[in-house]
Amino acid sequence: MAEFEPKIIAFVCNWCTYAGADLTGTSRIKYATNVRAIRLPCTGRIDFMLILKAFAQGADGVIVSGCHPGDCHYTAGNYHARRRWILFRKLLDYVGIDVRRITFSWVSAAEGAKWADLVNSVTEEIRKLGPFEEYRKLLPLGQEPVEVM
Amino acid sequence: MEELRNKARELLETGTVQVVIGYARGSTAEKARAVFVCSAQQTQGLIFNEYCTQNLAVYLLKPEVKALGKPAVVARLPALRTVLQLAAEGQIADGQVVVLAVADDGKVTELADLPAVEKYLSGVSLALSAQQEELVARIEKMSREQRWAFWQEQFARCLKCYACRAACPMCYCARCVVDVNQPQWVPVAPHALGNLEWHLVRAMHLAGRCVNCGYCAEACPVGIPLNLLTLMLSREVAAEFGLTAGASTKKEYALSVYKPDDKEGFIR
Repeated sequence: MAEFEPKIIAFVCNWCTYAGADLTGTSRIKYATNVRAIRLPCTGRIDFMLILKAFAQGADGVIVSGCHPGDCHYTAGNYHARRRWILFRKLLDYVGIDVRRITFSWVSAAEGAKWADLVNSVTEEIRKLGPFEEYRKLLPLGQEPVEVM
Repeated sequence: MEELRNKARELLETGTVQVVIGYARGSTAEKARAVFVCSAQQTQGLIFNEYCTQNLAVYLLKPEVKALGKPAVVARLPALRTVLQLAAEGQIADGQVVVLAVADDGKVTELADLPAVEKYLSGVSLALSAQQEELVARIEKMSREQRWAFWQEQFARCLKCYACRAACPMCYCARCVVDVNQPQWVPVAPHALGNLEWHLVRAMHLAGRCVNCGYCAEACPVGIPLNLLTLMLSREVAAEFGLTAGASTKKEYALSVYKPDDKEGFIR
């Protein structure tokens, strides 16, 4: 059997991390192809439901990333997001979801190299954890995770 | 009990309120139900005992109840906090409700306005009780796999009846996220995925707003200890952000305010 390739969904903000990931590309830095970036206006826009939906659709890991504190394009979106993550992460842990599958990060538009490192290390960590079978078992009978790429 | 009836009668006779939301005997002596007393004669039906656990503040926002006129509501600690939290969220204005606070020793106090409710609660500890802390700690002591198994077993019984939502005075959205079907955020059928998602959504939407009345768990027909989710989040909101729901009419919802130096240890 082929080696397990983790499927990782990255929810990133338009202004910092998405631009940072662009910089990774324009700097010709190679990194793991396991990540699918979803661009949102701001980390403040990242509803916790989106993270749950990513897992329901077959993600093995999720990255949530945006501007560093103090750098938000909308002044405070990332501060609000941070509060939400603090509680949401705690709640996931409390109901027994492995929180190692969700990585929160700040990656600025200038941190192309940090983005590559982040994706590479998360990919390796998720590879070690294996497929998120626990969550996949929750899917209703006959419903398969979405196959992307 | 007589004291409560007298206060209710007085409020109705003087026309201070048009309806008293209280408890009456249920189908058996061990059950209580909500009653909407609109005349002085009916106040004889009011009771108060250990079975009166429902958070009656849930009725304050119902259009059918609002149509009856200005209400007085019989309230123990959680319902008192509910009134303040609803006011903080702009759902109740001062002067719209009279509260008949019943203390643990049975003493009834008439609270005519919201500042009076705030004052009444000012000396009361709103932190989790030792017993509540213990319930949460029991879950946290488990390994992650045990917690997952525990909650999966609990959620497997969920029928998606939404009694928890109906019982909750803070779940007043005219259009709840689970009723949204474009996109369908939470699957309708009571299967494992939808059940988990529903209970996580419910807990998150109540984080920083829940007043720990625990009536969600009591209303649950299959006995899911839903209050364990919200209790843990209440404790976290207090510990992380120093906020307590239902302590005052001041609007300070934990997830709509922030501090630039909020502490966390997991963001890379």
